[in-house]
Amino acid sequence: MSRQHPHDPAHPLAHTGHITVKTLLTIYGALIFLMFLTYGAAKVDLGRANFLIAMGIATVKMVLIILYFMHVRYSPKLTWVAALGSFLWLLVLVGGLMNDYWTRGFLNVPGK
Amino acid sequence: MAETAQTTAAAPPAEPDHGHGHGHAHHPNLQHHFEDLPQQRDASTLGMWAFLATEVMFFSAVIGAYLVYRFSSPDVWGAASRHLNVGLATVNTVVLLTSSLAMALAVHGGETGDRKSQVRWLLATMALGSLFLVFKGFEYYQEYEDNLIPGRYFDASKLHIPSTEEVTALSAEERAEVATTADTASVLTVTPPQFAERRAQMFFVFYFTMTGLHAVHMVIGLAMLAWILSLARKGVFTPAYYNPLEMAGLYWHFIDIVWVFLYPLLYLVALHK
Repeated sequence: MSRQHPHDPAHPLAHTGHITVKTLLTIYGALIFLMFLTYGAAKVDLGRANFLIAMGIATVKMVLIILYFMHVRYSPKLTWVAALGSFLWLLVLVGGLMNDYWTRGFLNVPGK
Repeated sequence: MAETAQTTAAAPPAEPDHGHGHGHAHHPNLQHHFEDLPQQRDASTLGMWAFLATEVMFFSAVIGAYLVYRFSSPDVWGAASRHLNVGLATVNTVVLLTSSLAMALAVHGGETGDRKSQVRWLLATMALGSLFLVFKGFEYYQEYEDNLIPGRYFDASKLHIPSTEEVTALSAEERAEVATTADTASVLTVTPPQFAERRAQMFFVFYFTMTGLHAVHMVIGLAMLAWILSLARKGVFTPAYYNPLEMAGLYWHFIDIVWVFLYPLLYLVALHK
């Protein structure tokens, strides 16, 4: 029985061949630049935005690593589902936690 | 391409049946419960991603708890964070990002079947990973010297935790915004002085837990890479079969991603103050 399969062993680079050494080096350069950007932004007092900017840049770096270093960009959709699913869970966890703790004291009711 | 033992009667089979007695020939690394190499690759990739999902849960639990403490006492958190060695951590981040590049290049060597490239870049990855751990060790030693390891000898006096008066003056605007009263807790309140030292110690509990767990993952990663390196040196990885190399790469990149988040969370809390 044959199985429809997009990956042909005779053409092993078919799904990751797009990621050349040059691409990897470019992504690396972007990661280093973003890291210094994070550090620089942290040195400036932007109030509550500091945290969001730091997390935002970290998220961009993470997406670059996942898409290119981890080859997800050219991977089957099932890999995308697995990769994204875990971060959905993270959002649920942190969202739920902050929903509780961040709003303590909003109602001026003791203990809430 | 596949030749069975039955079709080559007297002569020895062109592709040996490798002692299994069932007479078919296949790639030596194809496990029998898989139909073909691409299916095996997809299955093992999905398995690795499932494992990484559990690792995301593992770290996000600690990070979630960290965030709750951070937002409930930002003044103490900032003071404690400023005492960490940001410079060394920044160097460490560069080291780890470079090791990820080296790992990606090693996997590229697997794709192209370049054995020398695989070995060279795997060694580079391991060297940079080890360097990260060495720098981490120096950092931990510095914290040990400064009495910042949670426990009996923890000493918060060097942390310059802002006093109630200082923070009240600075955040008067924010306090007006939220209109807190003395009875209610709010994320913008100043940490009462009797709790400040314990809260500062809590920062370091988190710091050592998070970076310690990360370092343990690095050590496990190094052990895994040593094994992959031994396979690579033997020339096991070809363009048709290099998935173990790629899976080790996935794990290594994941550890890098964890550090990418730990760095701003731990070291860049209140750098601007």
